[in-house]
Parts: sequence; C-alpha cells; structure tokens
Amino acid sequence: MSDRIIVPPPKRLGKIVSIGVVVALILGSAIFARFNFIEVITGLQRGGRILARMFPLPHWIGPLLETLQMAVTGTFWGALLAFPIAVLSAHNIVNIPWIRIPLRFFLNILRTIPAMVFAAMFVAIFGIGNFSGVIALIIFSFGLVAKLLFESIEAIDEGQVEALKSLGADTLTLIRYAVIPQILPQYISYTLYAFEINVRSAAVLGYVGAGGIGQLFERALAWRRFHEVGELVIVSFVVVLFLDFFSARVRRSLI
Amino acid sequence: MSKNFEPKIYYRTAFPLDSEGRFLVPPPYSKMELLGRFINYLGLALIVIWGLIGLQFKGIMQTAEATLDSFGRAFIQPDLSYLFDLSVDGLPWALLETISIAIAGTFVSAILSLPFALLASENLVGPKVAAWGKTIITAIRTFPELILALLFISVVGPGASAGILALGVHSIGMLGKLFFEAIEAMDMGPKEALESCGGRPLEILFRAILPQISPELISFTLYRFEINMRAAATLGLVGAGGIGAPLIFAINGRQWPRAAIIILVLIVTVIIIDNLSAVIRKRLVSGR
Repeated sequence: MSDRIIVPPPKRLGKIVSIGVVVALILGSAIFARFNFIEVITGLQRGGRILARMFPLPHWIGPLLETLQMAVTGTFWGALLAFPIAVLSAHNIVNIPWIRIPLRFFLNILRTIPAMVFAAMFVAIFGIGNFSGVIALIIFSFGLVAKLLFESIEAIDEGQVEALKSLGADTLTLIRYAVIPQILPQYISYTLYAFEINVRSAAVLGYVGAGGIGQLFERALAWRRFHEVGELVIVSFVVVLFLDFFSARVRRSLI
Repeated sequence: MSKNFEPKIYYRTAFPLDSEGRFLVPPPYSKMELLGRFINYLGLALIVIWGLIGLQFKGIMQTAEATLDSFGRAFIQPDLSYLFDLSVDGLPWALLETISIAIAGTFVSAILSLPFALLASENLVGPKVAAWGKTIITAIRTFPELILALLFISVVGPGASAGILALGVHSIGMLGKLFFEAIEAMDMGPKEALESCGGRPLEILFRAILPQISPELISFTLYRFEINMRAAATLGLVGAGGIGAPLIFAINGRQWPRAAIIILVLIVTVIIIDNLSAVIRKRLVSGR
C-alpha cells in the first residue's frame, strides 16, 4: 500500500507551547505598556466628543430629526386611532346610525380646521414644544385616514362579509377575516400619504412654537439670516423629496 | 362505449387542483418569509419607539384648565361683534380676502400647470422629456407652501398677493400631475387627424387636446380650489393675507371668543364650498 500518504500525528506539546508563547507575548507587551481596557471604555465618550468637534454636524440635524420624529409619531397614532372609527362610520359592518352619522359629521368638521390652527391651540394648553405639534398631527392624520378608510370599507367585496355572516361569525371575526385583509393595502397606502403631508406640515409647525425645524426657520427669518434660510430650505426639500420617493415606492408595491 | 366514457367532474374549490385531483394548498410561510416579516415588524416598532423618544411632554400648562374653560365658553358666546364688523378689520373682509386668495391662486396655478403638464405627457413629448417634466412637477409639489409664501412675502411684501403667488406656484405640483395623467389617458385620434392635415402645434393644442380633457381639467381645478381654500386660511400665519392672521393673533393673545367665531365661520365656509364644488364636479364628470 504505497499510495497511502502517512500523515504524521500532530505534536500536541509543541502546539500548546507555541500558542502559550504567543499569548504570553501579547499579554506581556500589553502589561508592559500598561494597557487598560477599562480606560478605553470610559474614555470612549471623550473620543466621541472630539470626533464630533472634528467633524461638526450641522446645527439643523437635531431639529430635523425632531421633525421626522413628530411626523412618525403623529401619523402612526393618528392612523391607528382612525381604524376603529372608520369601521364605526362605515355603514356595511357595524350599522348603528346614531353612532355613524355624528361620527361622520365630526370627521368632516375635523378636516376643515388646518393643522396649524390646532397646533396653535395646543401650544396654549401644553406649552411651547413638540408635544403640541404631535397632537395636532395626530388629529390631522386621524381625520384624513378615517375619512379615506371608511370610504374604502364601504367599497369592499360584500361576498366575503356575507359568507362569514352566514356561518354565524360575530362582528369582530367579520372585521378580522373579511374587512382587514381587503383594506390593509389601502390602509397602509393612506397612512403613508398622511405621512407625506405630515412631514411637510411638521416642517412648518415650529412657526407657532410647536417644535421641529420650523423654529429654526422662524428664527433665521426673524434675524434676516437668509443664508441660513436657504440652507434650511434645501435640507427640508431634500428630505421631503426622499421620503416622498420612498413612500411612493412602498405604495406602488402594495397596490 | 359506455366503458370508455368517463364523466369529467369539475370541482370548484378555493385552491387549484393538480392533475390527480389533489388540492394544491399553498405552502405556509417559508422560514425566510417569516424572517422577512419579523424584520419588517421589528423595523416598524423601532421607528415608532424612536418617534416616541423625541416627544417632550412637559406636563400641562398651569393655566390649561382656565384656558380650556374659557375656550369652551367662547364657543357658546363667540365674538359676534367681530362677525358683523363690516370694516377692513372685520371678519367678513378677512373671509372674503381668504376666498379671493384661493380663487386667484387656483386660477394662476391652473394656467401655469398646463405647460408643465404638456411637457410631462409621454404621448406628446416622448419619454425622455416627459421624465424631466415629471421630475419638475414632483419637485414643485414637495416644496412646502408656507416657505414659498415666505419667499413671496420678501418679493411683494406681506399681504394677499404673496398668498396668491404661493398658492399659484405650489398648486402646479398637484394640478400638473393630475393634468398630465389626464392628457396621457386621452384619445390620440383627433391629434393624429389634425397632424396629418398639417395642423400647427397650437392648433393641435386648442382643437384636439384641450376640448377632450377640459371637463377633467375643470374638475381637478375645482378640487384643488377646495384644498386651496384650507391652505389660504393658514397662509395668514406667516403674513400672506387672509383669515389666518387674525386667527393666530386671537389664539396667541388668548382672545378665545374671537378665535371661536373665526373657527366657526371657517368651518361653515369650507363645508359650503366643498359641497358646492362637489356638486359642480359631479355634473361636469357625468356630462350634465
């Protein structure tokens, strides 16, 4: 059997010794150089601060993120609240006239009042800050999404509703298995639409003291620092353009 | 003969059948799909939490109860003298100014939108030019209205003209989009007929394109007018004329009876205009 290659058995001892030597070298040099790992961790923050001073972030980055946070929060909670109200205002699922008619009237009135006016009123109640703006955005997205959504609920295919009803399904089962699967893409699409509008209005809500990048706008304009105004215009324009593009993509993939 | 005959049975089921008559049930989600869904939900949850982190809730103002109280009372007893003040500082004047800003702004944008829409229609100018036209329209649409208003205030000074210009330019974004969609969906027959007879571009525009799409154009313009009516009410916040300025002054000055009457009048006006315009639009689209 000469075609066999005979592999020599590994030399255990040599391996252990060589690994030990390498580790000892590394540890030894670290100890000799007085390297302290805890110091690195505690010093990270200082390093970060120096980095931030080396590459300064523009002053508008904070308010810009705040604007986006406001738009996200306002849209999400407003759209979430809109769902039960939309189901109650549609005549084909829960048909209770003395709830449906006042609800629709209320939604109509809600949509006639601009978000800026709401924001100004909430500033009087909650004080200056983004909380007032977020509440105004929640109300606006709620009104918009609820209106659009109840119209889509009324336009769903009644066959699935009837099929479930004939099996004796209760209203919640009906909503879960006949309504939600049919309207979910539209629901998400309306929410994204509201988000697009909210990003734009969140950018100007600061004008009445309701937080976000609008505050910088107001200040820059009041002090006639037009180069700052231009910077802010470009920044908000690019952000809105990007978000519109993104949301149009998502919406197209849904429908 | 009867042996060869095998009746074919067609089943109607929710799932398609394979050649041997077994149900082809779609497989449950694969692991990758489940992972994808999980990542989507996780991402959404993270974004929502991130949004909540930024919220600065400083508690309710100490004066909030009194504010709400007087605000509620203001709606029962609104400032009626302001409603019947027929001078330049009165509510009717501000309301008329708002409506005229909306009308004039919508008119300006309807005229301005047409060339943009023509430039963005693939069936008139070809895909390359149309892509540019569409990009320009999108860019106009994304530019915030109030910032446009601020820019125009620095051009023509504070007042209604700034508001008209801001609405006129901003509405191109939406009207241009609706217009070019209408043009792209139109029948190309009349245009080709005129072209083959040697019609000039303007003749084609006025005799083949506009007559076909004008009901839609008018309907879209009216719809935009409804939106502009609301927008005109906020433009006053930055000094571009209309009912917004007295409203914001009343709110900032805590003159609730006055704020209440403005809000009430605004609601009624917007609802009336919405319904009027909806009736006209329905007639236009159905062709009387």
